[in-house]
Amino acid sequence: MELNVLATHERALTFRAMRNRVLASNIANADTPGYKARDIEFGAALKNAQAGPQRMATTSDLHLKGSARASDSPAGNRLKYRVPAQPTLDGNTVDTDVEQAAFAENALMYRASLAFLDGRIRTIRYALKGAD
Amino acid sequence: MSLFDVFDTAGSAMSAQSVRMNVTSSNLANAGSASGDPDKVYRARHPVFATFRDTLDDRAGVTGVKIEGVVESSAPLNLVYQPDHPEADEAGNVYVSNVNTVEEMVNMISASRSYKNNVEIINTTKELLMQTLSLGR
Repeated sequence: MELNVLATHERALTFRAMRNRVLASNIANADTPGYKARDIEFGAALKNAQAGPQRMATTSDLHLKGSARASDSPAGNRLKYRVPAQPTLDGNTVDTDVEQAAFAENALMYRASLAFLDGRIRTIRYALKGAD
Repeated sequence: MSLFDVFDTAGSAMSAQSVRMNVTSSNLANAGSASGDPDKVYRARHPVFATFRDTLDDRAGVTGVKIEGVVESSAPLNLVYQPDHPEADEAGNVYVSNVNTVEEMVNMISASRSYKNNVEIINTTKELLMQTLSLGR
């Protein structure tokens, strides 16, 4: 049961790391003509993670039982294009202020997940060792 | 570890922005250069940015920046009346480079802002990675 709680935050960390890369890519391409800003929706990613693993259909017990979660792959957490607030002449849709705010929020959420994970690990260690 | 990709992405952007800064400084340095021959006059140069799709994982939304080339401005040269200039023609005119100083100053500010943004991204990501490394200690 304890390990399940670790897994929840581990998934959250994976999602935050993935989003961190996408947002960093947006900011890096702030001056690239024709670049379209992208982002991952947290709600969709959460839904994918909660859906549980998908198993391959088998017709015999001897068949391999592969399973995968949609949330494990970047393609499963579908990237979406941001809707620009104002048009630009070169077709670039990066709004640096929006991206920076999203990046800061994402980094904060990453730290939050880390703190939860850290607290959980401390609890387990305390349970294992007992009071000093 | 997927967070490491951020160093590549932001690094490529910093490299591209520093090329832009170099080109801008070259333009500003040559802003007043003049010549009697229109083919020898310095023309403003501008880097062309493009997304970098070969090695970084585009499907995961990670694309760096590369310089696709540096193009010369096709804006007309300025014909200035300078009879003292050794290369002036019979009418006393010389061709002066087509660098637009205002445009270059704006380019310089934009390049330095973008460079700083990417430095901040790297700093934040580095901090996140360091905290992840010390998890559970």
